[in-house]
Amino acid sequence: MKQKETSVSEMEEMLDKLKAMTGAKDSDFADQIAKIEKLIEVKKTNIYSNLTPWETVQIARHHKRPVLNDYIKLLFTDFIELHGDRRFSDDRALIGGFARIDGQPIMLIGHNKGKNVDENVIRNFGMAKPEGYRKALRLMKMAEKFNVPIVTFIDTPGAYPGLEAEERGQAEAIARNLVEMAQIKVPIISVVTGEGGSGGALGIGVGDSILMLSNSVYSVISPEGCASIIWRDGAMAERAAEALKVTAGSLKELGIIDEIIEEPLGGAHNDYESTIMSVKKAVLKHLKKYKGNSESKLIKKRFAKYSNIGVFNK
Amino acid sequence: MAWFSKSKSKKENKSSDIWIKCPKCENHIFKEDWSNNLNVCPKCNFHSKISAYERIGLILDSGTFEEINISIYPADPLEFVDAKESYKDKVAKTRKKTGLNESIVTGVGKINGIKVVVAVMDFRFMGGSLGSGTGEKILQASNYSYDKKIPFIIFSASGGARMHEGILSLMQMAKTCAGIARLDERKVPFISVLTDPTTGGVSASYAMVGDLNIAEPGALIGFAGRRVIENTIKQKLPDDFQTSEYLLEHGFIDFITNRSEMKNKLYQVLSFYNR
Repeated sequence: MKQKETSVSEMEEMLDKLKAMTGAKDSDFADQIAKIEKLIEVKKTNIYSNLTPWETVQIARHHKRPVLNDYIKLLFTDFIELHGDRRFSDDRALIGGFARIDGQPIMLIGHNKGKNVDENVIRNFGMAKPEGYRKALRLMKMAEKFNVPIVTFIDTPGAYPGLEAEERGQAEAIARNLVEMAQIKVPIISVVTGEGGSGGALGIGVGDSILMLSNSVYSVISPEGCASIIWRDGAMAERAAEALKVTAGSLKELGIIDEIIEEPLGGAHNDYESTIMSVKKAVLKHLKKYKGNSESKLIKKRFAKYSNIGVFNK
Repeated sequence: MAWFSKSKSKKENKSSDIWIKCPKCENHIFKEDWSNNLNVCPKCNFHSKISAYERIGLILDSGTFEEINISIYPADPLEFVDAKESYKDKVAKTRKKTGLNESIVTGVGKINGIKVVVAVMDFRFMGGSLGSGTGEKILQASNYSYDKKIPFIIFSASGGARMHEGILSLMQMAKTCAGIARLDERKVPFISVLTDPTTGGVSASYAMVGDLNIAEPGALIGFAGRRVIENTIKQKLPDDFQTSEYLLEHGFIDFITNRSEMKNKLYQVLSFYNR
């Protein structure tokens, strides 16, 4: 994937140089420049419309892909971060607070991946600990109390697999959220923006609507993890990514998600503005869907939604 | 027929037919003593795994168990093929070998006369993994509890979500918890019994959210695998890490009970709920 992207960016660089050399007004080269631009466009379309699941995983994990902080700055207004689980500490990997979208108040909760090493050390690569899930639950309960819809942004390799996370009950923290989210009396919209890593994603993912960006992935286990268990070889991750059916398209086909949010050509990392616009539009559309639903209807519908997930023989 | 009796006696002498080596204390125990002691080592109290029906026999009053949803078995929605075989073939083999259709047996029965709904996982069926069929059976069982206001008990024994069903198996965590969440509104007790092992997606869903969480001694209980954690933190973990005793100490288990005492303990606590 990297090679393919590099070849495109090299072409783009050369084009920029050519433009600089010839100057904007040089009509002799205008034809050629237009041709090259077209070529790049075609090449991009080819690359991004024929991605393998493993390539999609790479894009979902792309270091330039918009993270929660970008959405907070560009999509939402008036974000007030609310810290701490009131029990142990404040998890920087999973954050939340009040925000507005198109003027409407919401409770925003999301995994907080960084874009460089420094950020990721503080944010633990978006891998939350029990205190993160407990903070998320505290904020969801508050949203319920004040009748504010909840929007969750999912982007995590998984819940943090560490000694202290186990000690403080990682399993219990996630499980508790699954139980509580099933009964929360306000609408929950969940958006998978990058990596939907297993229980760590689901711990804030029990939405009335689940949306996925077109190059995001959502899986029960990382392709690498699956490969090392099933093929006893982490290098089989490419095959595992295929077998696990992790892409937005697969999840839509399996009836798990409600909508795919199309990313611009070249992936979300190539065009923040149009990505943000698409996500905003989709979130607003789904928020509107639940407006005016009574609490009991909302919970009944959510229960029915999750009751119906599963494929088995009788 | 000398050759026949000879071969027979040879077979009887094969040590594995008479003895069991305890995986924990490594003592050799008479097989008969082992099974008379409910597959628990008489020397070191190691609780080995037992099948779902064996457990039902130990917990429910004899003759009271009525199984529900017995015919549910896995489909292969992802057409998953691993290194050796397809999921479909694996399921067929496992069903034949274990006589089970899924990794869980569900139904109703009585504990010293108190009516209960039980869901009992069986580790032999693909490591007790949580698949769509497992999730459906748990949801149906909890719905039965909800409708009839009968206490619900799940016995977990599972390595976690079933990879072969991908995202569908992950979503069973949300599905089962949605069922359990409803029990509160009718004040129906939900008791989770954690046996060896209860890990991954099962620990991170129904197994951890009982009104009571009860464990058998020495069970492996945890979210992430030991090797994964060691690789993450680059440290050796303590020996008792992720055991029932470790979880009790850290506040996630109400109490630990020996297998031989489990039925009476369940009866005792149920009598508090069933006023």
